[in-house]
Amino acid sequence: MPASDAVLTAPYTLAYPYKRSLGAVLSAFFTALRDGQLLGAKTSTGDVICPPTEYAPWTGEATRELVPVGPGGEVTAWTWVEQPGDKHPLDHPFAFALIRLEGATSTTLHVVDTGDERAMKTGMRVTALWATDRTGTMRDIAAFVPGDEALPVPDRPAHDEAKGPEKPVRKLITPIRLDYTIAAGVGQTVFLKALMQRKLLGSVDPESGEVYVPMRHSSPINGKRCLQTREVAHEGSVLTFCVVRIPFEGQRIPPPYVCAQVLLDGANTPLFHLVGGCDVDDVHTGMRVRAEWVEDDELAPTLESIKWFAPVAGEAGDA
Amino acid sequence: MRDIAVISGAAIHEELAERDEVELIHAVVSQALAGAGPAADRIGFVCSGSCDMLIGRPFSFVQGLDGIAAWPPIRESHVEMDGAWALYEAWTRLQLGDIDAALVYGFGRASAGSLKDVSVLQLDPYTLAPLWPDSDVLAGLQVSAMQNSGRFGDMASVSPLPVTDGAAAVVLAAGDLVRQCCDRPAWIEAIDHRIEPAELGVRNLATSRSTRVCVKAMDVAWDTIDCAALHTRYEHERLLLMETVLEEGAASILPATNTPMVTGLSNIAEIAERITDGRSDRGVAHATSGPCLQQNLLCVLAADDYEGAA
Repeated sequence: MPASDAVLTAPYTLAYPYKRSLGAVLSAFFTALRDGQLLGAKTSTGDVICPPTEYAPWTGEATRELVPVGPGGEVTAWTWVEQPGDKHPLDHPFAFALIRLEGATSTTLHVVDTGDERAMKTGMRVTALWATDRTGTMRDIAAFVPGDEALPVPDRPAHDEAKGPEKPVRKLITPIRLDYTIAAGVGQTVFLKALMQRKLLGSVDPESGEVYVPMRHSSPINGKRCLQTREVAHEGSVLTFCVVRIPFEGQRIPPPYVCAQVLLDGANTPLFHLVGGCDVDDVHTGMRVRAEWVEDDELAPTLESIKWFAPVAGEAGDA
Repeated sequence: MRDIAVISGAAIHEELAERDEVELIHAVVSQALAGAGPAADRIGFVCSGSCDMLIGRPFSFVQGLDGIAAWPPIRESHVEMDGAWALYEAWTRLQLGDIDAALVYGFGRASAGSLKDVSVLQLDPYTLAPLWPDSDVLAGLQVSAMQNSGRFGDMASVSPLPVTDGAAAVVLAAGDLVRQCCDRPAWIEAIDHRIEPAELGVRNLATSRSTRVCVKAMDVAWDTIDCAALHTRYEHERLLLMETVLEEGAASILPATNTPMVTGLSNIAEIAERITDGRSDRGVAHATSGPCLQQNLLCVLAADDYEGAA
């Protein structure tokens, strides 16, 4: 987070529930994992790679068959995690390790659960500890644990046969979530803070004199720094608009509603905002609209300080 | 091959940048263009490097274009990598011969999010990312592999270099234009980049195989290199690079910066500046990308009168 309060910052989260197709090789790998078996891919040179790849990494040749590997193996490198994060497989201290599984020539990355760093050693023997609720992901192995003997594969919850025979694993859902602190920058901070005074500011292009709203640090035309600021009107014309009628994930306004480019009087670039206070079917290009601000105690350094742009009198049919 | 030189450069490395991406880009691009002489008016190609996941803004490079003069419409390209790879693309573009100058920049704001977490998203999303081995974890596995190799003596555990925000920009010129811009140009004598497989389990983490291949492919008098700027995110990465690129003590190693998407390009700018102002005759700049030095770029820059010059 920036050190001074000269620049506005705001929390921002990116989250996507990615759905990934597995393809023939990884589909077989994850289906076997669900059944409690590890597979590796055999290459033309006799290497066995686990997790299996479609192609041999060093030659680019297609790999041949999938062969059973593990479930035991040897730790070839490891690193201790004293404070696990919420995205890690285990909630107590553990090791990440590269493990050379029996029958494999490559190593496999997974976690080793010894409870104590002093129990970790390069060359130590480990074996897969299978999770009960296996769905065809790397976490079907809860962890590797010290030992030479293969551990029993626990029965997972019974498949509901009424839904037909159980299908191979063909998809993997990998949700991701990342948290950020976005810094508005020196220029945008001025624009956002002015909204708290119900002021709309633009930047003047040093060559053409055109006024950019919202403010820009530099001219996108000539790259020169925009040093001059100019206040523009709260009223303008709808340049183009879109009626949103389709619901989507994370939607904050119930549809239908109108998004529009509003060209404010005195500005040369349009502002993206909502048009409201009228029937969505009455919105038209060229319609005169005016900013409707939120109450004083709701003013904040955000464009949400404007509730929407509403038609000026006589602009929206009978509204 | 056309002879291509770095004409000018600029870099910012700030602990916590207050400027947004456009402001950072504008600052370095303006400075690089101001130092480029006649090449500034003959830019025929612009290429940038950045990472959206790092900044948290999809297509952030499109916004970044506000930091340069992109009108009338320019020839532009972008790589989701350190700006050093954007420079490689621009160098390749200049080889076509129809344009004589190119602008390259890179920008990164590691302080916006969690670099450790973002680093996981560059891993295989099927078999690696679901276990969430972040960059410190993978560095730890590499240190362990190096310890087990026995070649590196007593090694400390994982020691990350401080991460900063920033941007860098470089102007390249080719052919006759170079002489009009610069008395002592920093010629790109050789440039190459190589990558290793994404599957960590098939790599030997105790060596940098890709760098070794790069060095071999570049026809350069390595023993005459007098300075080096290496891109390292962890102290142990320097040991691996020293083993493959340079002999210890053979060249002065410049202080390392660690600004994601920027340091590789700023290393090139730094070596070029040293050649241009006479402090160096031949230097190597390095950029890396991916876990455990997965991908490496080497760029050797040299003055006119370097040994073996045509």
